[in-house]
Amino acid sequence: MQNLGNFKLPHFFNYPPYFTLQPVRDTREKQIQLWKDLILDYCRTQKIFVIALEEEFPLFSNPVIERSLTHESRDAFLSALVSEGRAEWMDKGHRKCLILWHRIQDWADILLQFAKDNGLEDGVVTIEEIRTGIESQGTELHGIDRTILNRALKLLEQKGKLVVFKGTSADDEGVKFSL
Amino acid sequence: MAQNCLPPVLLTGSGRPVLLPNEIECFFLSSVDLLCEDNEPNANLFPHLKSGLLTLTTHRLIWLSDSPSASAFSVPLATISHIFSHKKSLKSVFASPRVRFQVSLSPEGTVSASGSRSVVATVVIRGKGDCDAFLAKFWENWRGRAWEEAESVSGSGSGLGSNVAPAASSGGFYSSDGTVRMVGVSGILRKQQEMWESTDRSLHEAFQDLNALMSKAKEMVMLAEKMRTQLLSGSSSQANTTGDEQMGSKEEMQELLLSVGIISPVTKESAGALYHQQLSRQLADFVKVPLERAGGIINLIDIYCLFNRARGTELISPDDLLQACSLWEKFDVPVVLRKFDSGVMVIQTKSHSDEQVISKIKILATKPDALRSGISASDAAKTLGVAPAMAKEHLMSAESKGVLCRDISPDGFRFYINLFLEFDRDDKYSKKRFGVTEQVPSDLLDEVLAIGAQVRGSKGSYPGA
Repeated sequence: MQNLGNFKLPHFFNYPPYFTLQPVRDTREKQIQLWKDLILDYCRTQKIFVIALEEEFPLFSNPVIERSLTHESRDAFLSALVSEGRAEWMDKGHRKCLILWHRIQDWADILLQFAKDNGLEDGVVTIEEIRTGIESQGTELHGIDRTILNRALKLLEQKGKLVVFKGTSADDEGVKFSL
Repeated sequence: MAQNCLPPVLLTGSGRPVLLPNEIECFFLSSVDLLCEDNEPNANLFPHLKSGLLTLTTHRLIWLSDSPSASAFSVPLATISHIFSHKKSLKSVFASPRVRFQVSLSPEGTVSASGSRSVVATVVIRGKGDCDAFLAKFWENWRGRAWEEAESVSGSGSGLGSNVAPAASSGGFYSSDGTVRMVGVSGILRKQQEMWESTDRSLHEAFQDLNALMSKAKEMVMLAEKMRTQLLSGSSSQANTTGDEQMGSKEEMQELLLSVGIISPVTKESAGALYHQQLSRQLADFVKVPLERAGGIINLIDIYCLFNRARGTELISPDDLLQACSLWEKFDVPVVLRKFDSGVMVIQTKSHSDEQVISKIKILATKPDALRSGISASDAAKTLGVAPAMAKEHLMSAESKGVLCRDISPDGFRFYINLFLEFDRDDKYSKKRFGVTEQVPSDLLDEVLAIGAQVRGSKGSYPGA
């Protein structure tokens, strides 16, 4: 079985009907389930947060068997993820999709764990530090999508676990935890 | 209980009377009583038949009961000794129209052409029906004596040459051999007139030919049958000398001749309001043979062609065919009209089962080649022995039952055995074995998906593959 980078593709990736949206309900449900799992697995291991429908995405075509998904089926599989709360459309035209292999709530929990692990219960950290700093290296937070991070921060802010404040420049925001 | 002097009539599976050789149906009347009225001396011998379908053929009057336990009796026209003309009276305006005729009876109490006794029977037409037209046709057929084969054959050609004579003798100036002396203007005028007359004559003759052809239709069918029997006897005697190819063409010829043969097609003219009903029954009888040959299911369009070819000149419209087929629901016939989801309509026998077809498709789709590259409609058509369009319908119905799934690609529209239910997210599909692929060894499946990739993988591969 071939690999995609360091990602091991499943056997059914070489099954041609996998790339045609099935019209029969039972078959289609199972097909959509397989696609949802594959997309989430792939995005998690490859740290992919956004899938643009009109751009090349490695999963959506298999040159080995010369099959690729139509726009309609890409939309169908991602919409299935959206309806499950594991993805969100970033625009009304369904051109870009935010993949949430962790839900926002889970990201918030990871963030809190990160703060505890680094002794930041009352400390201050910049958003850039969370995304690219030495502390986050090796954790899932490293390289996190800005949109997702902001959503998780907002959720925690509402719960009173932290405060987000503006820094000196526009892209320099800070976080003060109060656990 | 009155004694029944009328011979019973055999019925086909769809409830149509079995006709004699060369017998043609000419007129249908519904809601007809056939009985013996009043105080006839032999009235007790004649049955009292209430409310049925009366069919006038060239040979018989056939009365067919409306009730589900269909019984049918016939009066051979040969046994009719007199048809009474229709009396127009004030009373008859209000009563149901009646046609009366006299039937000869043998001493044993059955109808017979040379019976010594006789009984007057009455046809009471309770439904809507053209009584006068029926009477006229009744007379015509009775006088036609179609049952006396030899007479009818020589009789039908007699009308041909009779009209030539008056044309030749119409001009007093012409000599007996048709030449004329042409002098001056009158000669030119005469020449003109002669031309008109000849065109008139040839037109007349042309149309007469058409009529002659129609009246000869029966003879043509007889000729075809004769040729067929000759071919049959010929092929058995020459079997040793003729090659396979010749045999094949002979069989083809026989088939062609056989398909000539609906001797008495139901027409709008003869059946009127009962047209679709009768057509429907006739069609049900007709489709049996082609259905068997096609394996129990056949496209409506194919039947349309075959049926019209068998009818010869009395063609029916597609709409008539559809109506006739949709009437089958009401009758007890062994065939049904079926509409596929795609809108394609087929005729199939009631005993036809989809399971059989689907199990054949399953076997085809689980062959190693098919696992690797799927099956197309034409692959299935070859295996099932049906037309590709039909095969596609079968594949689609197998798909809708979850046996197959589709693959649409630039290579075309192909079907694969449905493995979706076997896969799971941990990619251990071969451990869970249920449903459609029971007969496929799991290691074969592994191999197929892996090999399939290698075979096609020559053009492109992933980094790190």
